[in-house]
Amino acid sequence: MNKPAKNNSEIVEIFRHLIRDRLGLLGLIIVMLIIGSALFAPLIAPYDPVALNIPDRVQGPSFVHLLGTDQLGRDTFSRVIYGGRVALQVALPTIAGALFLGLVLGMIAGYGPKWLDNLILLFFDTVRSFPTVMFALAVVALVGPSLNTVIFVIMATSIPTYGRVVRTMTLSIKTSEFIMAERSLGASTFRIMSVHILPNVLGPLAVLAAMDIPTVVGLEAGLSFLGMGVKPPTPSWGSLLNDGYSLIRNTPWLIVAGGIPLILITLGFTFLGEALRDVVDPKLRGRGGAK
Amino acid sequence: MLSYILRRTGLALVITVLAVSLLFVIIHMIPGDPVSTMLGPKASPELRAALEERMGLNEPLLIQIGLFFANMLRGDLGIDVFSNRQVTDIVLGQVPYTLTLILTSIGWSAIIGIALGCYSAANRNSFGDRLTGVLSVSMIAVPAFVVSLYSLLFFAVTLKWFPAIGAGEPGDFGDQLWHLVLPSLAIGLSWVGYIARLVRASMLEIMGEGHVRTARAFGLPERWITYRYALRLAILPTVTVIGVGMGFLLSAAVFTEIVFSRPGLGKLVIDSITTRNYPVVMGSVLFSTLIFVASTTLADIINALLDPRLRSAR
Repeated sequence: MNKPAKNNSEIVEIFRHLIRDRLGLLGLIIVMLIIGSALFAPLIAPYDPVALNIPDRVQGPSFVHLLGTDQLGRDTFSRVIYGGRVALQVALPTIAGALFLGLVLGMIAGYGPKWLDNLILLFFDTVRSFPTVMFALAVVALVGPSLNTVIFVIMATSIPTYGRVVRTMTLSIKTSEFIMAERSLGASTFRIMSVHILPNVLGPLAVLAAMDIPTVVGLEAGLSFLGMGVKPPTPSWGSLLNDGYSLIRNTPWLIVAGGIPLILITLGFTFLGEALRDVVDPKLRGRGGAK
Repeated sequence: MLSYILRRTGLALVITVLAVSLLFVIIHMIPGDPVSTMLGPKASPELRAALEERMGLNEPLLIQIGLFFANMLRGDLGIDVFSNRQVTDIVLGQVPYTLTLILTSIGWSAIIGIALGCYSAANRNSFGDRLTGVLSVSMIAVPAFVVSLYSLLFFAVTLKWFPAIGAGEPGDFGDQLWHLVLPSLAIGLSWVGYIARLVRASMLEIMGEGHVRTARAFGLPERWITYRYALRLAILPTVTVIGVGMGFLLSAAVFTEIVFSRPGLGKLVIDSITTRNYPVVMGSVLFSTLIFVASTTLADIINALLDPRLRSAR
């Protein structure tokens, strides 16, 4: 049973592995660039992302506007940089929430009595039976588009993914000898779950979460593209693509500029996630990427 | 086998009932209700009451759910208040478009993905295998709606090779096929890489197993072993993934239908949301959920047919 990184030497070991793995290193660099540019957006972006400049509208790339401008003369490059903020604003709370609830439910299902396990599994299967985007649209139709709606919907539909993985791992750890020994020594259920099962589950789960970030970002962008996510004038990669779609016969630049960060973030997290997975749990190799 | 099919179908029915009930409960929990959505905030109380009664919204939640199921079993999902047509008819009219798009997409990507996966597994660590590996990850990386937009931009708007809008002339098969090329490319592309990786991994796992070694020891030709024994088992995870992936496919279809202005469930939902046509939104979501549940169930049954070991499992 592999223990997660607890001390510095293990973290150093993970980094060493990442640097040896070229694609992993590339992934790490892309991820750092995206997170860095989102964090320091006000310093990097040359213009205010929502400032209108009608005389300069629908321009191609130039030294003044690196990626051109949109139909309202807003600087596309600045909107791409600020769009990263929106993407992470949605992805981080969504994944954290789904991870937490999936962890709790999955551990209860795996460790608890059989009837509770069946009940939770049924709940997972039920939630998973909605196609995510369709479910999101049903909710948006009622409450109207907003960031919180997007976060709620994606979180709710992601819980089963984590929950099922946690359940399977808990089931296999539960029957291992060291847990039996711990139980025979009189350890409480809470102690076994928090001290022994949780640390073993966290490593692979963190990898799964890293690989899930692009899916969530893609969903947010997709809903915003449909006009069902963030509201204008907030810059999101999806709303950039929407602007580009309506101007597709005037300028190709908005679509090109809105799509590239989405491709990059997916590549970055996928490469990084795969490299991390090889370190954390070699058994998971070949489980595939973002789906 | 029959008992497995019955059990699995039973579970699917339970899940469908629960899913629809869950949808009802969520709608009741969240702020906003169908009546104000449809009539707007300034509607008079009399108008609201009339519509509430017409849609059965003044009954208690449990009765509403019960009524909904009773009507659903008769194929009645309510009446579209705008056109006075049955919601079931409106939705059913769009389902074939979406299913054609999805099946074409997954069809071409499964054929190419399985072939690539077999090639990679048979020529492990060769240049071709590595190239397939990198290409696969890159293909998985691009969200379907970005591929839709990029292919619309390059192949339809710039190069004008393919049509940009619609599903083709009704009755003209060639034209319809021509209109399917870009949308199915957009949905299928990420699946090629995904299926190739999956088939490669499971082929490699199976080629190391005892029964394959035994077959080799008996001197069976390698080609026979690869395709007759290994591939049959290696396809199992692909069947499961396609079944479960129906949710992703339906979601991807929403975007692709919007980008290419194709008729279908996704376009219907978006159009109905903009016109605040709530019953049609619910009907479309319900139908897509039914398609999804049916496809996961079917995938499990096909898996059990191909691999008898699975029949006893949950």
